[in-house]
Amino acid sequence: MALALQTFSTLKDANAALQSAGTRYLGGGTLVVRAANEGDVSVTGLVRSTEPSLSTIDVSDGKARIGASVTMAAVARHAELGFLAGAARAVGGPAVRNMATVGGNLFAPTPYGDFAVALLALDATVTTEDGETPIDAFLAHRDVSRAIVTSVGFSVPQDGFRFLKVSRVKPKGVSVLSIAALVERAADGTIASARIALGCMADRPMRAKAAEMALVGANLTKEGIAPALAVATESTSPATDPIASAWYRNEVLPVHLGRLLLS
Amino acid sequence: MAKVPVQFTLNGSETAEFIDSGSTLLHALRDKIGDTSPKGGCHQGTCGACSVIIDGELRLSCLTLAENCNGTAITTTSGLSEGGVLHPLQRAFLDAFASQCGFCTPGMIMAAKVLLDHTPNPSRDEVVQALSGNICRCTGYEPIIQAVLLAARANSQNAA
Repeated sequence: MALALQTFSTLKDANAALQSAGTRYLGGGTLVVRAANEGDVSVTGLVRSTEPSLSTIDVSDGKARIGASVTMAAVARHAELGFLAGAARAVGGPAVRNMATVGGNLFAPTPYGDFAVALLALDATVTTEDGETPIDAFLAHRDVSRAIVTSVGFSVPQDGFRFLKVSRVKPKGVSVLSIAALVERAADGTIASARIALGCMADRPMRAKAAEMALVGANLTKEGIAPALAVATESTSPATDPIASAWYRNEVLPVHLGRLLLS
Repeated sequence: MAKVPVQFTLNGSETAEFIDSGSTLLHALRDKIGDTSPKGGCHQGTCGACSVIIDGELRLSCLTLAENCNGTAITTTSGLSEGGVLHPLQRAFLDAFASQCGFCTPGMIMAAKVLLDHTPNPSRDEVVQALSGNICRCTGYEPIIQAVLLAARANSQNAA
């Protein structure tokens, strides 16, 4: 059944309309229209905004701001976001990447949401009309969030950002898991700090905090990262789905995390 | 359900229709306008059978709302042949036996057209990447990949 769409030029009006029960914000359509096509009767109306700032990318002074309506394809081809191109291209096929948005990916249920995993590793902030929220807190409360996400922001890393998506079907398949890591090294080469985000290892992107702590002060060698790999699955609760079992995901996570860190 | 007007250019022709608000472009094209070349496969964004080209970009018409296409230029596979002469991609799909049941073919051709429009001489890997959002359950993909490479060669020979 078709759902009435309301389009607003301002975010303020769109936010007001979104307060009605059953209304959902329409980004690229790859989640919400999909849900409607699937017969999700909890969706009773759609709201969107054509506010131009939703579709812009700004990178300056080491900071990036990506509007919530920016597509994965736009991120992948942006010259100053080259480090994120791999994460953007991990989402869907070419048509999906032309539609799927940065804001929408924050709400993608597992096993989707690979780009949000990258944003979690980057310690991004999520902006709504209520202000800025750290991405960890935003993801924890995303199910009850009713304010339209307008943008995400983060510091552009000089280096040390890595991303990996593991899927069985090549070149495009749903994630077995995905990993994003931001590793900063001290002058002596040891790891000064690490931020590791995991996709498909819980119902939403999560941090591997035990592994992060175990990496601090370690050398980036096979022996140096072994203690971190040993605790990589701490606090994980992966799903068993048609892509992989929870057991399999936990078994292969340390293997892939090790390969990513040493790549 | 309130009807809303939609107006866009479909395969070079101005097209206007009244649709239910919230209708997908796939529904508008197939059931209102009568262009049945985009296929409704999964309606989930997984199979690519409904692929169309909107303002030069590949999109999934099953997940695109028709009223968001106002003022755009839409291309579907039914608009590719000219004067009864098949488009080089359509010709190549025939010559390379790239269709069996044919259900995925219009979406495959749309994905391939966007690729060749931007990359006239693609590598095999670029073809595989470009078709990665389109599922075929018959051919095993290899004849489709070869058809796209064949069309690219035919285009470059014609241009020479």
